[in-house]
Amino acid sequence: MTQHHSITLHLNGTAHAVSVEPRHTLVDVIREGCGATGTHTGCEHGVCGSCTVLLDGEPIRACLMFAIQADGRQIRTVEGLAHGTILHRLQQAFIDHHALQCGYCTPGFLMLAAGLLEADPNISDDALQDGLSANLCRCTGYVNILRAVRAVAAELRA
Amino acid sequence: MTKTGFPDARVLGQDVPRLEDAKLIRGQGRFVDDIAPPGLLHAAFLRSPHAHAAITAIDTSQALALPGVHAVHTLDDLAPHLADTRLVVAMPSPSYRLDLHRPVLARHEVVHVGEPIACVIADSRYIAEDAAALIEVEYDILPVVTDCEAALQDGAPTAHRNAASNLVAEMTIAYGAVEDAFATAAHRVHEKLWIHRGGSHSMECRGLVAIPDPVEDRLTVWSSTQMPHAARRLLCDIIGLHERQLRVVTPDLGGGFGPKLIFYPEDVVITLAARLLARPVKWIEDRREHFISTTQERDQAWDVEMATDAEGRIQAVRGVLIHDHGAWTARGVNVPQGAVSAMPLAYVVPAFRMQIRAAATNKVPVTPVRGAGQPQGVFAMERLLDAAARAIGIDRAEIRRRNLVPADRMPYETPIRTRGGLPVTLDSGDYPACQAMTLQGADWAGFEARRATARAAGRYRGIGLANYVEATGRGPFEHVSIRIEPSGRIFVATGAAAMGQGTATMLAQIVAEQLGADMSNVVVTTGDTEAAPTGLGGSNSRQAVMAGSSAHAAATRLRDRVLDIAGELMEVAPADLEIVGRAVQLKGVPQMRRTLAEIARAVAGQAGFVLPGQSGPGLAAAEELVIDAMTYANGTAVAEVEIDIETGEIAVAHLVFGHDCGRAMHPRLVEGQLMGGIAHGLGNALFEFMAYDDTAQPLTTTLAEYLLMTATEMPRVTILHMESPSPLNALGIKGVGEAGVIPIGAAVASAIDDALSDFAIKIDRLPISPVDLLARLDQAVGG
Repeated sequence: MTQHHSITLHLNGTAHAVSVEPRHTLVDVIREGCGATGTHTGCEHGVCGSCTVLLDGEPIRACLMFAIQADGRQIRTVEGLAHGTILHRLQQAFIDHHALQCGYCTPGFLMLAAGLLEADPNISDDALQDGLSANLCRCTGYVNILRAVRAVAAELRA
Repeated sequence: MTKTGFPDARVLGQDVPRLEDAKLIRGQGRFVDDIAPPGLLHAAFLRSPHAHAAITAIDTSQALALPGVHAVHTLDDLAPHLADTRLVVAMPSPSYRLDLHRPVLARHEVVHVGEPIACVIADSRYIAEDAAALIEVEYDILPVVTDCEAALQDGAPTAHRNAASNLVAEMTIAYGAVEDAFATAAHRVHEKLWIHRGGSHSMECRGLVAIPDPVEDRLTVWSSTQMPHAARRLLCDIIGLHERQLRVVTPDLGGGFGPKLIFYPEDVVITLAARLLARPVKWIEDRREHFISTTQERDQAWDVEMATDAEGRIQAVRGVLIHDHGAWTARGVNVPQGAVSAMPLAYVVPAFRMQIRAAATNKVPVTPVRGAGQPQGVFAMERLLDAAARAIGIDRAEIRRRNLVPADRMPYETPIRTRGGLPVTLDSGDYPACQAMTLQGADWAGFEARRATARAAGRYRGIGLANYVEATGRGPFEHVSIRIEPSGRIFVATGAAAMGQGTATMLAQIVAEQLGADMSNVVVTTGDTEAAPTGLGGSNSRQAVMAGSSAHAAATRLRDRVLDIAGELMEVAPADLEIVGRAVQLKGVPQMRRTLAEIARAVAGQAGFVLPGQSGPGLAAAEELVIDAMTYANGTAVAEVEIDIETGEIAVAHLVFGHDCGRAMHPRLVEGQLMGGIAHGLGNALFEFMAYDDTAQPLTTTLAEYLLMTATEMPRVTILHMESPSPLNALGIKGVGEAGVIPIGAAVASAIDDALSDFAIKIDRLPISPVDLLARLDQAVGG
C-alpha cells in the first residue's frame, strides 16, 4: 500500500508532479498534493458531490477516483473558473442569486453546472434540474442554485 | 426594491452583496480542513462497533509499531493530563435523574456505536486509519436499549450497566386547571404520535486543527464549532490551561445546524495530543463518523389530548412526551423542554400540563438540530387541532383562527418559563393576520376546485396548514466591539460565530449604517477568542438579535463620538455633521470634511502631546447589551400535496410560507434562511430517517441511505412576509435561522390527511414514507 508512484496531474492547465500511493484518492491529492483546497470532501461515499471536478470535461466525484487513475489527464476545479479578476458567469450568477450560504458545496455545484452547460448549452430546464440533483446542499434549499444556473443557461441560449 | 422595514436606511434592509461571497465563490474559503501548518500530523479515532459492551482489554501495541505512527492514546494515556476524565457540560436543570457525562474516551464500557475509544496520531490520515484498525479491544457484549418507550418499561435493560434505570430526566410543564377543563369540555381529542428527526448533516463534517506554539507555550485550536468561547473555557478547564494559553477560532464553517455547538470528546483529545506531541494535529470527521458520533435529534413519542368547548376554543392540553435522549447528556434536556414549550405558543391555551420523560438509549447523544424540538411540539399541537376540527365539524383554518393569540393581546405573557426561568412573553405579532395572509397566498378558499381537477385525473390532492411561534434571540448578551483605526478602516469583532448564514454581512450592515454606509470599509471578525473577550456563539436563532443589537448600540455610540471629535477638529456643531463613506462632512457642504482616517489619527495619541479637544483617546466602542427576554417570531405554512395511491408517492405541489420575523435587515438572506429551513423541514417530513436495528446498530451511515432533499424534490415555494418589529431591541428584529423547518412536517401531515380523507387515514408519525403510506392505504381498503 505504501509504494509511491510519480504521476502528473494537469490541474487548471498547470502540471503538478506528485508522488502518490495507489490508494490516495484524487480529491486528497488535489487538496494536499496540489494545494488546491477549493474542492471539498463532504461524504467520501460519492453521494454529496462536494468534491465534483471536471475530468477531461466530465463532472466526476473526486472522492471515488484514485489520483493514479487521473495521471496525465486534464482536471478543472473551482480555482480554474475565473480569469483573473473576472469571475466565470456561473460564479457571478451564484452571487447575484444568493445561491451560496456556507459555500462548502458551492465549488462542487459550480463544476457540476459548468460540466452540464458545456456538454449541452441548450440543456432543457428539466434536464438541468435533474443534473443538479446529483449534488447536495443543506443551506439553500436549491431554489437559488437552480435560479442561478438557469439564468446562465438562458444567457447561453440567447 | 425589496420592501423594507428600514425605510430611511442606507444599507439596512437592503439586499447588499454578501461580504462572504468573494472568497467562497473562488474556492478561497478557509474551512478547517484547509488549514495545514508545517509538521502537521493527522488523527483517526477507533470507535465502538457495539452499541453496548464492557471493555475488558485494549491492546495498542501493534498500532504503535506501525511506521508513521506517533502516538496512540487511550483514556489511560490521557488521564494523567486531564483535570476530569469526563465532559461535564450539562446545562443546569432540576429534572435530571441520572448524571450521564461523556468520558473523554471510553475505557470500561461503550454505550453507543461510534463512541471513541482510542486515537491514533500519524503522519497521514491513511496511516492513522491503518493503525486504528490494528488496535485490539476485547468486549463483553451487554444488553441494548434501542427504543425510548421500551427503555422506560419495568424490567428494561439499562443503557448504562450500572444505572438504576434509563430515566435520565423528568419534568412537568403545567399551569391552569387542566383536569377541570377536561371534565367539562364539549370535545376531547386524543393523539398518539411518533416523531423522528435526524441529523444535521452540514455538508462539512466536524473537525479541528490544534497548533501548539512552543515559543509562547500556547495553543491555537481551529475548530468547526459554533461556540468558540465555550470551547475555550471547557478546554482550559479540562487540560489545565489559562485563557491566554489557548485561542479557539472558528474558521469558515461549512454549515452548523446545531450539533456544532456541542463540545465533543475529540476536541479534548486532539488539543491535548498536539500539546503532548508538540506538533500540530488535525482531525477531520468523515461522513460515517458524522452519522455515529456527531449528536443528532431522534425519536419522540407523544401521547396528548386536547379539550375544547363547543365552538372549538381550546380549554386545555395535556399529555406525556417520551424523548430519546441517547446515551449521554451532551447538552441537556433542552430539546424536549423546547418541544413542549413550543407546543401551545401560537394559541390561547388556558390550561396545560405536559410531562416529559427523557430516556437513555444506546444511541448517539441527542442535542438540538435546527428547530431544536420545536418542530415536534408544533406537530403535536397541530395534529390535535386537526383532530378537534374534525370532531367539531369546522374548517381546519377556522379552528386555528379562533384560537390564535390575537394581536390586541400583545404582549402576551404565558405562564410558561424558559429554561432559565424567565417568563415566556410573546412580544409582538399578528398571528391571525399572518394565517389569513398565508391562506390567501395559497388560495385555500379555492382549493376544492383543484382537488376536483386532480381527482378527475386519478390523483389525490390535499391541503393542510400549520402555525408556529418560535423562541428566538436567546440572551443574555453577545459581545461586539468596533474600532476605527488610523487606516480609516472599521474593524468589528464579535463573540458571535458564523455558520454560513451571512453573519459578517449582517453585522457590517448594522455598523456601516451608522458609520458611513460603505460596506467595503468594514472588516468583521467572528468566532475568535483572541478578537473578542467573551461570546456565547451560535444557537437559538440568536445572533442577529443579540450580536445585532450590541453592534447597533456600539455603532451608534461610536458614530456620536466620531461626530463629536470631528466637530472639535472642524469647529462646527456635531449636529451639523454626517458620515458619508469614509469621511465626516458638513451637511450640504461636502468639501468641508475630515476622513475617518484623519479623525482616528487625531485621537490615536502621541507620547507627550495633548489630545485634541475633550473627547479622550481612540475611536472604539464595545457593547454586551443584555436582553434577557426572547423575542418570538411566528408564521403559517400551507402545504398542498398530491398522492399517487398506487405507489404511495407524496409530491408537494406548492408550499406557501407566511412569516413574521420583525424587521428584515437583509431580505434576501432572510429568504435564504427560510428556504433552507423549509427544505430541511420537507426532509424531516418525507425522507430523513436515522435507522437503527434492534441491536442499536445504525443502518443509515451514508448519504445514499439517509436521504437528504435534492433539487428535484424541492417543490414550488412561495414565501410571504409580515413585519411586526420586536419592541425588545432597537432594530425591531427577530431570529429567522430555524423558522423554516418548524411547521413543515405538521402542514404536510395535515395535507396528506386531507388528500386521503376518503380512506380516513390520519398521519401520526414523521417521516412519512411511501412504504408507510401504502401500508396504511392497504389497511384502509382492507387489502
